[in-house]
Amino acid sequence: MEPLSNRKKVLEQKPMNFWERLYLPAIFQGMGITFMHMFKKKETIFYPEVEREFSENWRGLHSLKRDENGAERCTACGLCALSCPAEAITMIAGERQKGEEHLYREEKYAAVYEINMLRCIFCGLCEEACPKEAIYLDGPIVPADYLRKDFIYGKDKLVEEPIGSL
Amino acid sequence: MELAFIIEKFILITVIFSVSLGVAAYSTLAERKIAGYLQDRVGPSRAGWGGMFQPLADGLKMFFKEEIIPAESSKALFILGPSLALLTACIGSAVIPWGQDVLIADRLVSLQVTDINVGILYIFGVVSLGVYGIMIGGWASNNKFSLMGAVRAASQSISYEIPMGLSIIALLLATNTLSMKEIAEQQHGANWNILYQPLGFLIFLVCSFAETNRTPFDLPECETELVGGYHTEYSGFKMGAFMFAEYLNMFLASAVMSTLYFGGYNYPGMDWVNEMTGPTIGPLIGMGVLFLKIFVFIFFFMWVRWTVPRFRYDQLMNLGWKILIPLAIANIVITGVVITFVDKL
Repeated sequence: MEPLSNRKKVLEQKPMNFWERLYLPAIFQGMGITFMHMFKKKETIFYPEVEREFSENWRGLHSLKRDENGAERCTACGLCALSCPAEAITMIAGERQKGEEHLYREEKYAAVYEINMLRCIFCGLCEEACPKEAIYLDGPIVPADYLRKDFIYGKDKLVEEPIGSL
Repeated sequence: MELAFIIEKFILITVIFSVSLGVAAYSTLAERKIAGYLQDRVGPSRAGWGGMFQPLADGLKMFFKEEIIPAESSKALFILGPSLALLTACIGSAVIPWGQDVLIADRLVSLQVTDINVGILYIFGVVSLGVYGIMIGGWASNNKFSLMGAVRAASQSISYEIPMGLSIIALLLATNTLSMKEIAEQQHGANWNILYQPLGFLIFLVCSFAETNRTPFDLPECETELVGGYHTEYSGFKMGAFMFAEYLNMFLASAVMSTLYFGGYNYPGMDWVNEMTGPTIGPLIGMGVLFLKIFVFIFFFMWVRWTVPRFRYDQLMNLGWKILIPLAIANIVITGVVITFVDKL
């Protein structure tokens, strides 16, 4: 058959000569290579003190956003929970009372909003599903912890700080 | 006099024992550091300055781990295995001459625990006993992977002891003695045995790698095939004992190689240094030189480990039986012929 391109290379496997069958030269060559690596720049990043620079579309810890007046954007529609492939998001909706307009933007809000960080796969589908631009995965790496219950992040950890406190 | 002798030896043994334990402990750190540096990492760096206390942390971890003895194992043998491995690794250093005689408080103190006239044979015996610990431990685990590892360790040890012994025979032809002290003394200055026995040293080196179960001959604990090899069922301190025995063996092998082939405590210009520093400091400098050589060898062990991949089992056997043994025999013949020739002249 005609070759489609001329990129094919036939590797010739010659029987090794005596020098190659000794293996020792090849071993010393390899040891030279590894020895030179001792003096190369180390790739290690000392994580908690130094952080690797993240790419712009990096997805980290979720944050629930506030609008320009400092009211929570989330209206507890449940689309994020529905879109979540890992079923990490649970929420309980609440009705906004009179006098709470500065706290919640819509009449309905999330009274409880929890993300289980052990289930979350940081796919960003909740971010895409949200019609109110209320959730973004723009935080840092989720820190390690000792207990499973401490990985269920509630509103206390997810909602971003009010504008005034910044 | 008699009491002074006992005290002297007791102190010497204690010092050697603790030093070799310390070296073995810090070998674990060195191994991880060197592994890191050869792979463009930095290795453990958190415990203490640059990871100085990592061996302590590791030891502490080993102590606090649960010690599991499998229900179906032979309990006595299961405990005996690592104990024997550790014991045999510790007693080998008794015949190593660590330096020339030191003058301490008008007493000439020998820096060798005992100068038995069959020192090399003693080391040989101790090194071969080392595999018993592995064998017993692997067999007592009642686990097929452990048993496989143990069987491999035994066959590897048997295969590589022969070329090791043969390479030693060539060395004995050249030195005419079995005493470690005399061999060390013969290499005064820069008159090292490596100059007369390069091939013998190469064979001895390869066999030392095999005897200490280090990569590329670490088939007994080959993780990719045998889970953990002979120590699959071991945990906690008994596992630590096996690890420690390996590093102690490495220390011993390095010390033996330095003494037999690289002049031990001898170094070029040692007479001048001894005259300048006197009979107390001079031998101690020689001891420092010996330790320097040992550390270079330990580094070499680790360097090879992180460069050369593991042998396949048939390659291991081929190398041992078809290459090293004929080479070692040829080495004996050549050495014998050359010595006869030189003597005739």
